[in-house]
Amino acid sequence: MSEALHVHHDTAVGHDVHHDDHGHHHQSFISKYIFSMDHKTIGKQFLITGIVWAIIGGLFSVLFRLQLGFPGQSFPILETFFGHWAKGGTIQPEFYYALVTMHGTVLVFFVLTAGLSGTFSNFLIPLQIGARDMASPLMNMLSYWFFFMASIIMISSLFIQTGPASGGWTMYPPLSALGQASDGSKLGADLWLISMALFIVSQLLAGLNYISTILNMRTKGMSMTRMPLTIWALFFTAVLGVLSFPVLLSGAVLLLFDRNLGTSFFLSDIVVNGQILPNEGGSAILFQHLFWFLGHPEVYIILLPAMGMCSEVLSVNSRKPIFGYMAMLGSMFAIAILAFLVWAHHMFVTGLNPFLGSVFVLLTLLIAVPSAIKVFNWLTTLWRGNIRFTPAMLFAIGFVSLFISGGLTGIFLGNSTIDIHLHDTMFVIAHFHIVMGVASMFGMFAGIYHWFPKMFGRYLNNTLAYFHFWVTIIGAYLIFWPMHYEGLAGMPRRYLDKSIWVSFNQFGSLDQMITIVTVIVFAVQLMFVFNFFYSIFKGRKVTSTNPWGATTLEWTTPILPGHGNWTGEIPEVHRWPYDYGKDGREFIPQTEPIGANESKH
Amino acid sequence: METVAMNQIEKKKLHPHKFTLWVAIASILMMFAGLTSAFIVKSNLVGWKDIEIPGIFWVSTGVILVSSLTIQMALRSFRQREMSQYRLLMGITFVLGTLFVILQWIGFNKLWDQGIQFSGSAGAGQFLYVIFGAHALHVIGGIVALAIMFVKAFFGKIKLYSAVPVEVMSTYWHFVDILWLYLLVFFLIIG
Repeated sequence: MSEALHVHHDTAVGHDVHHDDHGHHHQSFISKYIFSMDHKTIGKQFLITGIVWAIIGGLFSVLFRLQLGFPGQSFPILETFFGHWAKGGTIQPEFYYALVTMHGTVLVFFVLTAGLSGTFSNFLIPLQIGARDMASPLMNMLSYWFFFMASIIMISSLFIQTGPASGGWTMYPPLSALGQASDGSKLGADLWLISMALFIVSQLLAGLNYISTILNMRTKGMSMTRMPLTIWALFFTAVLGVLSFPVLLSGAVLLLFDRNLGTSFFLSDIVVNGQILPNEGGSAILFQHLFWFLGHPEVYIILLPAMGMCSEVLSVNSRKPIFGYMAMLGSMFAIAILAFLVWAHHMFVTGLNPFLGSVFVLLTLLIAVPSAIKVFNWLTTLWRGNIRFTPAMLFAIGFVSLFISGGLTGIFLGNSTIDIHLHDTMFVIAHFHIVMGVASMFGMFAGIYHWFPKMFGRYLNNTLAYFHFWVTIIGAYLIFWPMHYEGLAGMPRRYLDKSIWVSFNQFGSLDQMITIVTVIVFAVQLMFVFNFFYSIFKGRKVTSTNPWGATTLEWTTPILPGHGNWTGEIPEVHRWPYDYGKDGREFIPQTEPIGANESKH
Repeated sequence: METVAMNQIEKKKLHPHKFTLWVAIASILMMFAGLTSAFIVKSNLVGWKDIEIPGIFWVSTGVILVSSLTIQMALRSFRQREMSQYRLLMGITFVLGTLFVILQWIGFNKLWDQGIQFSGSAGAGQFLYVIFGAHALHVIGGIVALAIMFVKAFFGKIKLYSAVPVEVMSTYWHFVDILWLYLLVFFLIIG
């Protein structure tokens, strides 16, 4: 009796919604698939929108790699598709800068923020904590549709005459503030800012929901320290987002004022084309502070979900408990705190006070401690495990590999003295693409391969999956490893054509190789997309509720759960989520009460 | 017995909607923290111009303080199920909120006529428009929510007994009130 009461009270919100439409009547197509309030459908909407964005953003990188690998060479097919942007088949400077800017914007925000944490927070939080839905399904739906509107506006900026924003994904003023300065800073920059404002609203609505769902709607017995690490990671992600995105919003609003109303928040003493602007007293560095106060936590907003999901996948497929659960929690907490205290390490060369710089160096290098703890725990989880090399497992191991090799170069860059040499070189590109971009992408793939059976009731094709993994990991290293050498030699990032520097001529063939591998890796990602959509409809069907032999709650639901997730009562939780290989049993689900003679873990 | 104990534990837990509101408040605070710290950074740079806060902002301060009082009284009447009084007080709060926004608008116009405008060199005035404007938008958001609750209190077909929506509303309203006091004091001391 008391249990029933408890469950009902705990899920009061989800329950009311659930009573109306669970199993009693058929929903229309629109309320089921389009304006859905079911967290699982919203998660899939985020995922599919994210995939579309990833194809667009990935294609952009292929295009500008063509220019970097083969500077000035003509590819007539480009003119067919892009017209005056690729006059004579060569990528024009404006086009190149637009591509670079949009690649960054799309991948960082639309794919690895919305596509990654949007998908898996929505999908996994209620399923893994034992809730029928989010705390506010309506806000959840709104969060997707704000994201969708942001997407539409950002896409529309690709099709306007003057092109999309092209001042770099960081949108530093004064370049981004002055339409006279570049074509991309005309209408494109306004659309960029409006789109990002909507995106921020979407992320705030989503983040509020994730936090209050995790803290308020856990099922009976699901104490905070019995939550899977995935949920902890998604929780810290949401906290970071809720506290840092508003600051970017204020920066974006001020920039919109500067652009359209003539204010001087970021502008001072500027002469463009011989014309003296009236702006005085503004500070461009101020924008960098506001931007990176979001921008650095953003790195962990991207990375933490991948960390959490890989922890889960590694433990499930090693058939071993995660090593150091509390240490994992503590290090994620430390990362979340430090994330707010290191933003100025992006600004070492802006004339930052060297003493202040040294404080930021110290705080930055401190992040190595929790990161190393996490890596150690992943490796010891794998150590002597009974490893099943499922595609998800391979991607999770790949994530650990990339996180190590990309993280180590962070120690170079975190030192302000070395950063003076390496700042704005290809070394930075190599560092953050490996540790943040590709690593989080691997986390996302691990998540998709692992939870695809729960999402669609079918498996992805394994042969294509293994091919996808090996080409992607080898390709990722072939693309980004050589960039370290280029960067150490001083080769700048963002430049259209470096061929006039004799000192960089030695890298010509290396750049060609990178470009060719980029094209191959991109093609294999398209193969993954094919596998994804094909398997939704034609994949091998899942026949058991718990195909991976996992302990967590999402595998106690029906193979294709309806709105409300569990057909009966929400199960009660009696143990932590990592009882693998215990007392001679392969795994013990969280729902099983602790036995009388059970050993302690 | 066990059920009673359970209920007591449950009562300590915050309702998810109220909790969401508190997180949202933290989030909104971060935005204003970003704006006001930008103000501090900029006020130390060359070309900065200070301003005198027009007296009308003191009137609007009084208005929003009174509205905080009325919404608290509205919450109390809702809890005591005195619905006509509740409707009256919600209506007064709505009017006071609208009056506040109008007064802010008049204040902006006064400043504008003094020559403190968007274009040209930086100064506290440009920040004032952005920061007070952003605050006014948050008040307008509250007014819209108030209006919806007000209409529901008159025409709603379903009788609501849960005080949670009213509590959420009043907490938010107090928040924009306190936020306004912070912003005003901030401009008085630093601006």
